[in-house]
Amino acid sequence: MIPDELIDRVRSILNSHHHQAGALLPVLHDVQAEFNYVPSEAVSEIANTLKLSRAEVHGVLTYYHHFRQTPPGKHVVRVCRAEACQAQGGDALVAHAERRLAQSSLTLEPVYCLGLCAIGPSIQIDEINLHAQVTPGKFDALIADLEGTP
Amino acid sequence: MLIGREVNFGTPVVSDARQISLEIDGKFVTVPLGTSIMRAGISAGVMIPKLCATDALKPFGSCRLCLVEIEGRRGFPASCTTPVESGMKVSTQTPKLAELRRSVMELYISDHPLDCLTCSANGNCELQSMAGVVGLREVRYGISGANHFAEATKDESNPYFTFDPAKCIVCNRCVRACEELQGSFALTIAGRGFESRVTPGQGQAFMESECLSCGACVNVCPTATLMEKTVIDQGQAEHAVATTCAYCGVGCGFKAEMKGNDVVRMIPWKDGKANEGHACVKGRFAWGYATHPDRVTKPMIRAKTTDQWREVSWGEALAYAASEFRRIQTKYGRDAIGALVSSRCTNEEGYLVQKLVRAVFGNNNVDTCARVCHSPTGYGLAQTLGTSAGTQTFKSIELADVIVVIGANPSEGHPVFGSRVKRRVREGAKLIVIDPRAIELVSSPHVNATHHLKLNPGTNVAVLTAFAHVIVEEGLLNEKFIAERCDTKAFEEWREFVARPANSPEALEAECGVPAADIRAAAMLYASGGNAAIYYGLGVTEHAQGSTAVIAIANLAMATGNLGKDGVGVNPLRGQNNVQGACDMGSFPHEFPGYRHVSEGASRTLFEEAWGVALQSEPGLRIPNMFDAALSGSFRGLYCQGEDPAQSDPNSLHVKAALAAMECVVVQDLFLNETAKFAHVFLPGASYLEKDGTFTNAERRISRVRKVMPPLSGKADWEITIDLASALGYSMRYAHPANIMDEIAALTPSFSGVNYDKLDEVGSLQWPCNSSTPNGTPIMHVDRFVRGLGRFMITQYVPTDEKVSRRFPLILTTGRVLSQYNVGTQTRRTHNIAFHAEDVLEIHPHDAECRGVRNGDQIRIQSRVGETVLRASLSERVSPGVVYTTFHHPGSNANVITTENSDWATNCPEYKVTAVEVARIEQGTLAS
Repeated sequence: MIPDELIDRVRSILNSHHHQAGALLPVLHDVQAEFNYVPSEAVSEIANTLKLSRAEVHGVLTYYHHFRQTPPGKHVVRVCRAEACQAQGGDALVAHAERRLAQSSLTLEPVYCLGLCAIGPSIQIDEINLHAQVTPGKFDALIADLEGTP
Repeated sequence: MLIGREVNFGTPVVSDARQISLEIDGKFVTVPLGTSIMRAGISAGVMIPKLCATDALKPFGSCRLCLVEIEGRRGFPASCTTPVESGMKVSTQTPKLAELRRSVMELYISDHPLDCLTCSANGNCELQSMAGVVGLREVRYGISGANHFAEATKDESNPYFTFDPAKCIVCNRCVRACEELQGSFALTIAGRGFESRVTPGQGQAFMESECLSCGACVNVCPTATLMEKTVIDQGQAEHAVATTCAYCGVGCGFKAEMKGNDVVRMIPWKDGKANEGHACVKGRFAWGYATHPDRVTKPMIRAKTTDQWREVSWGEALAYAASEFRRIQTKYGRDAIGALVSSRCTNEEGYLVQKLVRAVFGNNNVDTCARVCHSPTGYGLAQTLGTSAGTQTFKSIELADVIVVIGANPSEGHPVFGSRVKRRVREGAKLIVIDPRAIELVSSPHVNATHHLKLNPGTNVAVLTAFAHVIVEEGLLNEKFIAERCDTKAFEEWREFVARPANSPEALEAECGVPAADIRAAAMLYASGGNAAIYYGLGVTEHAQGSTAVIAIANLAMATGNLGKDGVGVNPLRGQNNVQGACDMGSFPHEFPGYRHVSEGASRTLFEEAWGVALQSEPGLRIPNMFDAALSGSFRGLYCQGEDPAQSDPNSLHVKAALAAMECVVVQDLFLNETAKFAHVFLPGASYLEKDGTFTNAERRISRVRKVMPPLSGKADWEITIDLASALGYSMRYAHPANIMDEIAALTPSFSGVNYDKLDEVGSLQWPCNSSTPNGTPIMHVDRFVRGLGRFMITQYVPTDEKVSRRFPLILTTGRVLSQYNVGTQTRRTHNIAFHAEDVLEIHPHDAECRGVRNGDQIRIQSRVGETVLRASLSERVSPGVVYTTFHHPGSNANVITTENSDWATNCPEYKVTAVEVARIEQGTLAS
C-alpha cells in the first residue's frame, strides 16, 4: 500500500470520530479493523488529530494485547491459555500448535478465555469461528483447511 | 551561596487558607487542607520512605513504599495520595509496615543490577537509600529470575544524557515530568505488567522522539537510568552554588553542581522563582561553551585589522586602547567614540560601561542591543503606562483565563515560560495566537489555540486596532477601570479613532489576511473571557510600527481593565538574560540608570556629584547612528562589550563597512566573534560562571549570578571596564560587584532597596524595590499607573515601506529555534548543534512548487539589499507568500538580506519583514 493511501484511510476513520470525546480506543479499533493491524505511520496521524503525542498513542497501543503493530498472517489462530482449558490439555495443544505453525503463514496468538470452559481446550480462528474440544488431530485438520483457502 | 542537598517533600505544596491539624508518629502537625500525609510528615521531620513520589510532580501512588497506618482505618494507604484530615493519627513506622516495605523492596531489587559501587548514581541514588532505609538484607526471590538486565540496551543517542533501561524501576516519574512539567508528552510506559518499559516516542531512541532535551526526566529519575553524561564522566559533585542562567530573558535559577572549579551539572533550582525547578536544553545542558577551546583568554592587539593578532599583557592592551581612544578624541572630537553595552553581561557591568562613556569618554554615545529588539517596548509602555517593563510575574499566568501570544514563540525562545503557557492551557485557559506562522502552541499534544490569527507579516497594528474596534463596538469596555485609572480625554479620542469604519475588521481583513469573523471572535474572547494576559515578543517590536503595536497592546489591556492584578497584564518576553537590566542600567544614549532623561537637570546633577565630573545633557548616538557616523567620518572608535553587531544587526554589509571605517574597535568577548574581525583590541571576557553580579529578567526580577570558577582570562568583565577607565585616567573603586550595586541603589530610586545581602536572603527581587516596597513589586500598576493616569494613544496603521513586488514577491520573517541562542556564539559551541546543525528556509509547498524547489534543495534568497543561500524546508507552518528562517549560524547570513527599515520611534530594525525572492540553485553552480 502506498503511504498516501494509508494516511487517507486513517484520516477518514479519524473524521468519523470527529466529535467523540476520548476517541483514541475507538479509533484504534477501527484502524485495526481496516488494516488488520495498526501501522506505525497511522500513529502520528492519530496523535496529531487527537492532540496527543505519538508516545501516548504508542502507550495505549502496546498496553492492549488486542492491538497488533505488525500485519498478521493470512489467518489468526487463537488458543485459549486460561485455567479451564489448561486443565483439559491446553498446554499440550499449545505446544503442538507452536510446532505446527512454526513455518506457517498463519499467526498464533494466546487468548485468555473464550467462554467455553466446559468444553475445552478451545480455539478461535479470525475472531469469528470458535472450535471446542480441540485435539492435536482436530487442530491439524482445521489448519489444513485454512492453508488450503486463499 | 552554597546549597546543601534539598529536602524533597514528596508531593507539591498546596496553598489553602484552611489549616488541618493531625498527629504523625506522635508529633502534632498543622498543614493546609489538601496536603498529603507524606508532605505533612516530611515537613515535620518525619521521613517517610518513597520512590515514585517527588514534590515536583503530582502524587501517583505506585511504588507502595510510602504506606502508613491510620488509626481507625483498615489497610495501609499510600501517604502520597492520601490527604490529611483533621484529628488523624498516622503511624509511619510499625513492624507490619517494615515487613511490607522490605518485601516491596525485595521485588524491586530482584530486577535491579547489583552494581552499586560502579554505578554513576552511587552516593545519590534514591533506590539505594531506600534499600538502606527499609533495612533490605536479602532478596528471597534471588536475582536470577526473569529480569530486564540482558535484553535492555543503553540509549546514548542524546548528547547530554543516557537512558539505561536495565536500571529502570518503572516509577513513572520521567513520564510524568515530561507531561506535567515540560508538556512534551514524549515518553510513555509501553506494554503492561512485567513487560512495562519506559519508552520515548513510538519505541524509539530519545533523539528520534519528540524529546526536547529539557532534562526534567533526568532530574526526577531516582536511579541511574536517566543520567547526565557529565556525571557518568566526572562522578557526583561535592558542592553546589545557586546562580542564574545566562541564556534567555526567563532568568531561570540553577544550582551549579561543582567539583572544585569544574561544573559537573546544572540543576534547575526549585527556589528559582522564574522557573520553579524547570529548565530547557540551553540552561540545563548547553554551558560547555564556557570552557570551549575557542575561548580567547589572553588580551590581544593589532594596529591594522589585516595584521595578525599579537598576545599582550592586560596592561599593554588597555593602555593601547586608552591611547587610541584619546588620540581619536583629540583628532576628531569628544563625540567620535562610544560603547555598546552587552545584554548578556551583568547589571553591574552594564552600569560601569555607561558610566565609562558618560564620565570618562565625556559623551552619551552608549547603546545596547535592546535597540534592535525591545526598544519599542521601552517606548510604548513608558508612554502609556509609565514604565518600560512587563507588568507581571511569570507565575501570574496560573490565574489567566485567556492567554494572548502575539509575535512570540515561547516554546522555542522562552521554553520554560512556554511550558507554563501549555500547562495553563491544559488546565482550561483559552489561547489566542497572533502570528504569521503556526508556532508549536497553535497545535501540540493537549494544547490547541482557540484562535490562530495567521496575519500577514507587518500588520500587527491593523489587527490590534481592529480588536479595539470590536471591543468598543460590542460594548466590552471596562468603563469603571477607564474612568478611575485612565486619562479620559485621551481615552475619548482613542475611542472615536478605533470606532471609525476604517478600523473595523471588515475594512482591514484584506490587508492583514485574517478573516474579519476570526478577529471579531478573538477580540470578544479577549475582552470577555475573564482574566486576559498578553505575552508578546520581537514579532511585535521588530517592525516599522513596533512602538505603535506595543502601544496598541497597552491600549487593549487598559480598555478591558486587564492590568494591575494577577492573571492579566502586558508582558514582553525579553530576549536575552539581562536585556531588561541593560535597559534599566542606563545603556541608552538618552537615559541615565532608572530611565531618567539626560536632559533632566536634577538627575544629571545627582550623577555629576556622585561621579565627580560634568555630564552632557544632549543624548548621544544610537547604534545605527554610530554606524552611519562611522561611514561619514565623524565616529572613529568603539568599545564593544559582549556584542556582535557584525552578525546580529540588520544590513550586515553596511555594518561591516562602518566597522571597517573605524580606527579603533575594542571587542570584549568570550570568542573571536564576527565583529572581532574588525577589531584592533581584543579583551577576553568572562562567562557567567566566572563572575559575581545580577541579571534582571523579563519579570523585572533581579537575581544573583555567582562565581563558581575563576575567570579564565584572570579578569571578570567588570574588572576590565574598571581597568580601562583607569587607563583613561579615571578611577573607579569597587572591591566587589556588591559595591557597584550599592552605588546603583544609591542613585536609582527603583533600585534603592536592592543589595546583595537582601538578595542572598530572599533569593531575588522584582523592581521597583525601595523603602515603600522593600520586598519588590511582583505586579505593577496595582492601584495606579506609574505615570499616574493610563494614557490611551492613537494607533494609526501604516503599511511598511518594505513591500512585495514582482521582483520580490515573498515576505521573509525570522525567528528562533529552541536549541540555539541568537547568533549562536555560545550554543554552536555545545552539543546543541546536534539539534540544529543549520538554519533552513521554511517555504510553503505551493510557493516551492511554483519555483521548482524541493525539500532540502539549496536555494538563493535575494532581497533589495543582499542575498544568501539556505536549504529549503517545505512547511505548511507558513502561509503561501511568507518564508521563514532563523539566524543562529553565521554562514546563513540572514542579516545580509534584512534592510535598514526601522521603528519610527526607536530605530528598532524591521527584521521581521523583508521582501525577497527565492530560486533553486542548480546542481554544481553553488560556489563553495
